Amino acid sequence: MNKVADKSKAFISKLDKTSVALPNALKDKANSILASLELPTTRNEAWKYTRVAKLGKINFATSKGNISSIDSYTIDPQAPTLVFVNGYFSKSLSNNHLPEGINFTLLSDANEVKSEIPIEDEIFNALNTAHLIDGVALNIAKNTILEKPVQILHILDGQSVMSNFKTRIDAGAFAKAGIIQGYFATEASDKAFANVTTEIEVGESAHLTIDKIQFENETSFHISTEQINQSKDSTFTLNTITLNGGLVRNNLNINVNGENCTSNLNGAYILKGKQHVDNHSVVDHRVANCQSNELYKGVIDDNSTAVFNGKVFVRQDAQQINAFQSNRNVLLSDNAAVNSKPELEIYADDVKCSHGSTTGQLDEDAIFYLRARGLSLKAARQLLVSAFITDVLDKIENLKVKTFIFSLLKERFGWEITPEDFH
Amino acid sequence: MITIKNLHATIEGKKILKGLNLEVNAGEIHAIMGPNGAGKSTLASVLAGREDYEITEGSVDFDGVDLLEMDTEERAREGLFLAFQYPIEIPGVSNINFLRTAINETREHKGQDPISAKDFMAMVREKSKLVELDPKLASRSVNEGFSGGEKKRNEIFQMAMLDPKLSILDETDSGLDIDALRVVAGGVNTLKSEKNATIVITHYQRLLDYIVPDFVHVLHDGKIVKTGPKELALDLEEKGYDWIKEEN
Repeated sequence: MNKVADKSKAFISKLDKTSVALPNALKDKANSILASLELPTTRNEAWKYTRVAKLGKINFATSKGNISSIDSYTIDPQAPTLVFVNGYFSKSLSNNHLPEGINFTLLSDANEVKSEIPIEDEIFNALNTAHLIDGVALNIAKNTILEKPVQILHILDGQSVMSNFKTRIDAGAFAKAGIIQGYFATEASDKAFANVTTEIEVGESAHLTIDKIQFENETSFHISTEQINQSKDSTFTLNTITLNGGLVRNNLNINVNGENCTSNLNGAYILKGKQHVDNHSVVDHRVANCQSNELYKGVIDDNSTAVFNGKVFVRQDAQQINAFQSNRNVLLSDNAAVNSKPELEIYADDVKCSHGSTTGQLDEDAIFYLRARGLSLKAARQLLVSAFITDVLDKIENLKVKTFIFSLLKERFGWEITPEDFH
Repeated sequence: MITIKNLHATIEGKKILKGLNLEVNAGEIHAIMGPNGAGKSTLASVLAGREDYEITEGSVDFDGVDLLEMDTEERAREGLFLAFQYPIEIPGVSNINFLRTAINETREHKGQDPISAKDFMAMVREKSKLVELDPKLASRSVNEGFSGGEKKRNEIFQMAMLDPKLSILDETDSGLDIDALRVVAGGVNTLKSEKNATIVITHYQRLLDYIVPDFVHVLHDGKIVKTGPKELALDLEEKGYDWIKEEN
């Protein structure tokens, strides 16, 4: 990236420095990185297919927003819910009666907040650190089995608002929990930017599942970085479902530090209009006897673009690794585009790894077959698209989350289909 | 039921149908036989509304409506059914759920209420028995992993569920062993009534031992060149299609 001395950043000039109790040295470092780095251009390999120059032209501000109801954003009505509007915690909208064994601390209330997100050469992570508004640390105690998930809702509201928001999740040994992350934008939200970091520790033998639903709007920007550490014998699952958002970039980094771990990364993205959605993932198998399964599927319509870049590292001593990665896309229009780049870097010799990427169109013969039975063209296409994407949606075990996703599909894409239509 | 007059159809500029005439009345079974390349499957595809074909001349009247003016799905809802020569596998789409959608779209088209879940399931049980289709198969993904015989039985099962006015069976016998052939033919015969009609397209006489036609037509070079009673099929079996080709 280009280094420019004392470069003033107009687009963040209105933002306050963070008041969260991050280590001073970290804040200083983030500020200096921010001062010296430019927004990445497509000459930067990691941003080759995703242009973020637009961000630099908006004069972002912070705002507490004005939201009176979260009815349309509530994914699981029975789950304890923490609500953040533009990064600010909303006590009145939250229902934060957490069950025993899990507690939360607002980062703004904490005396000391840790952050292990890499910020070197990472302008958005540095920005998140230097201008962090608030966020939450969830601690799941050892041996805790959560019957209900906890949902964290982040809602963008207002014009040219930027939220720098952070979630930390620490799942103790032998704990089992589900967390729902919902990212939304109100109708009044325009050119708003959620710049989000999430740090996750999955303890020994813990099972942690995260369902991440992205449903902001066509003018919104969303850049998130998830940093996950897995200890031995743990299982971590992240389901990323992206159904709306103007520019979305998900950076997902998993360090598998202990043996006998399972990592499941599932992603579904359904795009239309001029949406741009970029999923970047790195799975780093540092030790032996683990498996990772990565399945990302996308449906791309109109003038929208999807990017997939998935990297799997298998380090030299990480023998007996099973790593599978697949990215499949369906293009519904001539102007839709996909850039898919699966990568494997293997330094061990006794491993089973596979990766693949396909991009195609809907099967015209199948459409004709369905129409010949009386289905309209629209219904036939819808059925085929949903059949294509459904094996990712089927990975979501929480039926309430699944039902909510289908309600979003109906709202945004007019799907008249329910989970029962598939298997 | 259906009146086809002087039908001409081309694909990618190649003339396939060259003035085909055919009239089928309710209660009748017509067999269309002919050598490979005569245009048998083209006729089925054109009647079902496949868009790859261009109709250059002629008309098709289907029970008082202009068939060629309708989209594929409208034809189906009006009661035209095509049993595919090669049924398509559609992974992820449940056989019975898509059929429920199809039935309800047809009912809506006719101004009827959607079928109740209970009635629908009762119908699935009854109709799957008709072609000895394992009810478990009926609820799996459309044709996915089905054997050749199961695929054809699934076509007749769908036909039974949709209760069409006119069924076109496109080489339904191809690739079937004799047991499967009997089951499929038995299903077709059970569904036959005074109100519906069937067009059986086949290359071989064998199927017509089980589905006995009222008329046999010979299709050659895009036209029907000979029409006769069911015995005509036996002549064809014996003499082969060269006999027809020589006559024309």
